[in-house]
Parts: sequence; C-alpha cells; structure tokens
Amino acid sequence: MSTSSEPTSHSPVRRTLKAKPFSRADRMFFGVARSASYFSVILIALILVFLFIRATPAFQSQGIGFIFGSNWNTSNPHHIVMQIGPMIWGSLLISVLGIILGVPMALSTAYFIEFMAGKTMARVATLVVDLLAAMPSVVIGLWGLVVFTPVASHWAELLHKALGFIPIFANTSGNFSASPFIAGWIVAVMIVPIITSISREIFSQMDRELINASLALGGSRSSTFFKVVLPTASGGVVGGVLLGLGRALGETVAIYFVLNLIFKVNWFNIIENQGGSVASMILSKFGEASDAEISGLMAAGLVLFVVTLVVNWIAAYIVNKAQPWRKL
Amino acid sequence: MSTRITGTSHLKSENVNVWFGERHVLKDVNITFPANQVTALIGPSGCGKSTFLRTLNRMHELIPGAGFAGKILLDGTDIYDPQMDPVNVRLNIGMVFQKPNPFPTMSIKDNVLSGLRLSGRKTDDASGLLESSLRRASIWNEVKDRLGDAALSLSGGQQQRLCIARALAMNPEVLLMDEPCSALDPGSTRRIEETIVELSESMTIVIVTHNMQQAQRVADETAFFLAEDGNPGGVVEFGNTEDVFNRPVDGRTNDYVNGHFG
Ligand SMILES: Nc1ncnc2c1ncn2[C@@H]1O[C@H](COP(=O)(O)OP(=O)(O)OP(=O)(O)O)[C@@H](O)[C@H]1O
Ligand SMILES: [Mg+2]
Repeated sequence: MSTSSEPTSHSPVRRTLKAKPFSRADRMFFGVARSASYFSVILIALILVFLFIRATPAFQSQGIGFIFGSNWNTSNPHHIVMQIGPMIWGSLLISVLGIILGVPMALSTAYFIEFMAGKTMARVATLVVDLLAAMPSVVIGLWGLVVFTPVASHWAELLHKALGFIPIFANTSGNFSASPFIAGWIVAVMIVPIITSISREIFSQMDRELINASLALGGSRSSTFFKVVLPTASGGVVGGVLLGLGRALGETVAIYFVLNLIFKVNWFNIIENQGGSVASMILSKFGEASDAEISGLMAAGLVLFVVTLVVNWIAAYIVNKAQPWRKL
Repeated sequence: MSTRITGTSHLKSENVNVWFGERHVLKDVNITFPANQVTALIGPSGCGKSTFLRTLNRMHELIPGAGFAGKILLDGTDIYDPQMDPVNVRLNIGMVFQKPNPFPTMSIKDNVLSGLRLSGRKTDDASGLLESSLRRASIWNEVKDRLGDAALSLSGGQQQRLCIARALAMNPEVLLMDEPCSALDPGSTRRIEETIVELSESMTIVIVTHNMQQAQRVADETAFFLAEDGNPGGVVEFGNTEDVFNRPVDGRTNDYVNGHFG
C-alpha cells in the first residue's frame, strides 16, 4: 500500500482531546481530590450562610452603628444597643502592634537558623520555634497574664516616663496592665512561629549565588540581608506575615486573658489600660448572651471575617504593586 | 615547570593549601599573576580550580568547614592578614560567577550600582560610573535605552556582561572569573572574550575555563591544575599560554591539552 497522501475531499474531523484519567486508580484519585476540594468550598459557604442568617437580625436592628458606634448595652430587652467599633479598631491595633513586634523577631530567628547557626544549633532553634507553635493559646494567655503582664507593665511604665510626651505613650489611668501594648506582645509571640518557619523556608530556597554575588561585591552580612535577601524573599515573607496577620486578627483566648475590653475607642494610646478585640469580645459575651445578643455576636464574627479578608487583599495588592519584577 | 613572568607581580599565591573539613583538596599552590595580564586556570573537573579562585578574594572562608593555609599577596600585602577586612579585599578583587546572577529585584541600572549600595560607598557621578562600567563590559549600546528595566529581562549573555559591569563599577584591581562563558552561546562567549582582553589593559584577570580554545584566545599565562586520584590538587605546569599548549614540559599537561584525559 502506498503511503503517499491521497487528496482528501473533506478536511479531517477535529477530535476532542481530553486529559481524562483513564485507569481506575486515576479515576478514584481524581474523584477523591475533587470531592475534597468541593467539600471544603461547600463547608466554608455553609458557615458563611449560617453566620449571615443568624447575624441578619442584629444588622437590621443596629444598622450601620453596629460597625461604627461605641456602645454595648443589652440590659433593657426593649432597647438593645450593640456597637462594636472599638472592638474592630482594637483588633486592628493589636494586630499591627503584633506585626511590628513579631516580624523583626521572626525574621531574625529565621536568618539565624538558616544562615548563622551550626547544624545542631539550627535544629534546636527550629524545635523551640515549633514547640512555641504547638503551645495552646490558652496556655500563652495564662502565661501572659501571670508572668508577662507584670514585666511588660514595667516596660510600659518606663516607656511612659521616657517618652510620655508622645501621645502614643500617654497614660492617664496610672494603670499600665491589660493594654493593647501587652496584647500586641502576646500576638507577636503567637505569630512568630508561623512567620519564622515560612521565612526560613523561603530563605533556604534562595539562590546562594545571589548572596555570594553580594558578598563578592563588598557587601556586609547585614547589607546583603537588607538589600538582597529580604527584597528577593519579600513575596514569600509577606505571605507568611499575612498568615500571621490572619491569626493575629482572629486570636481570641490569649487576648481575652491580657486585655481590658472597653467599649470606647482607644485610637492609639497603646499603654493605656483599655482596648478592644472582636474575637475576645465574642468569647467574653457568649456565656450569658440572650438570643438578640447571640445574633450580635454572630454579626461581629462575620465582620471580623470580612475585615480579615479585606486586610489580606489590601496587603496582597500592596505587595504586587511594590514588586514590579514579579510580573516577568 | 616552565615559569615566565611578565610585568610586575601583582597578585601572588604562596604555598596555598585548602581543606574542606578533613579533606585536603589543594596542596602548595604557588602562582604569580602578572599585572595587567590574563591568567587562565585549566584542569579536569574537581581538581580545585574554583576552590583556588575563591581563596583569591576570601570567598572560600564563607563555606562551613573550609580550611586554608598559605598566603595570598596583593601588591605584597597578605590578604589573609588578621588586620585585613575581607570586605576591603573583595572590593579590590572582583568576581564574576559561572552562572549569570544579576539581582532579580533590581533594574539594570541598580544592578550596576549595587556594589556601592551594598558596601555603603558613595559616588559623585553615579550616571558617569553607570555608563563607563556598562561600556567597559561592552553592553552599553544594548541597554542604554532600557536602564530601568528588570535585569532578568536581558538574555543570558547580556546578563553575564551586566554582572561584569557590576563588578567593574567597583573598579577592582583584579577580576576573577569562574567559567564565565560556560552557560552562554558562542556569540556571547566571543563578545565576553573580547571584553576580557580589553579589560586586561587596566586590570589583572584570572579566568577558570574548560575551553582550551578560549584559554588560548584570551590568556597570556596558563596554569594547569590536576588532582591525581586520592591526592590533593595542585599546579602541574604554569607558564606562557603558548608554551603550555604547544611545548608543555610535563607529559600530563600534554595529555590534557591534547584531550587525552579529563
Ligand atoms: N563546598 C564544598 N564542600 C566540600 N567539598 C567541596 C566543596 N566545594 C568543592 N569541594 C571539593 O573540592 C574539590 C575541588 O572542587 P572545585 O569545585 O574547586 O573543582 P573545579 O576544579 O572547579 O571543578 P569544575 O571544573 O568541575 O568546576 C572537589 O573534590 C570538590 O568535591
Ligand atoms: Mg569549578
């Protein structure tokens, strides 16, 4: 039979090509993977729907004041006021403090483990950080209350004495405990492990030749870190910080122990004995809440979820803007 | 061993020995690199060429477990003297790596000027330095209209010349190059070789290469390294490139340059 091409009268039919799993094992594997991912999406959707339905009465009765007002009074069942402005602001303030205090700690630790420590020391340090990650937050809260608060109150007092003329370090009550400053430290302790382990991972994948290039150009260890390692790793490090931030915003029990929750916005007096946290507020009110109050707490949870989401988006946007080379 | 020294001695290694942990990888390397000349280091894989090159600007000591004995004299001063700041050593003795490694987060311009920022030095004329460095690395014409672009937007060959420009911006007395063309196409290789020859008018160059033709095209002097099984590596023959390739004294050099082993 000749293999020369016969002129065909019609163009060949286009066949559909599918990357479908063929074997039984592959079909099962695909099935499991797909249902697991559907399951998690559905679960999240269900949680949101549930929250939304339960939160609706509170949103309806409180209006926009729920988010921007600063009053919580449920003693009169005919006139319930639930406004969580100070709690939202407090969550943000504590998280920012936690990030400011925790990120340098985490990055230094990651740098030490990855670039300075010998093998044994690196292993020990990693173990300690992992232990810290595994520490239940209620334990950290207890430690924060019993051990850390007296110490940090003293630091706050010193700060106030030295820098009290700056409004941030103002304190009118004379009580330096249970402040956003202390809650910020607790948040820092809780987010250091995750930011450390993600940064360490990023550092370890970093091209050593870039570090060598920098040192060969007369760079010092510190200039190499700040001008080469950190910029190159920044995308991943910020990812770690965002995960930490998510945790910081949602942190509940530990902050409940160390912060004086007050329904009055504390804008930035970080060593004043009052602050807010949405998550801790929900915990503190949940026990003896009426139906109406439960709806308010659900609404607060929903707001916290949205705030966390928005903060993450904004941060991701800033990161993309700041890294034009990533578009390559 | 045929040794012919031209010019003034500028960089010199005296009895250099190197260890990685307990392993002795280089033994008694003595080479005088004549000023304003190109010296090629050749030899089979694993004989210690890169390792030796890294001792010349104290990059070697950055490897955990690295050991060193001997002296490296730059204009008569031992760069391993305890009084010497390794950062200063590296400012005087620049390095270009095997794989182009521009800083990915920086533009072309910032890459060229990165050494200044990293070493905390200042210049009165950044744009002059930028242009002269890029010109000396023969890449100015290709990038002059896109200095703000990301360094990674350049081709591999252009990236390597950018890395040369980056090293030149620090105005080193000596430039070390470890197989700078091994990742590049023949055209880029040719251009870098021409650049090397031009640069040698103003600095001393040491280049590691596996390419025999390249050694003959660019190098005034050639050192042949060899590590015979189980033994630390060392210099078998060092001398004028012509002589090393055409009239080698040692039979092993003859075998290597004629492709009989390695
Ligand atoms: N970081 C290191 N740790 C331990 N041993 C090393 C290290 N770097 C190199 N060596 C060893 O030192 C010896 C010399 O290696 P080197 O890289 O200098 O060889 P080379 O001549 O440059 O080889 P090539 O031509 O393949 O680049 C080799 O035996 C190598 O295994
Ligand atoms: Mg090598």
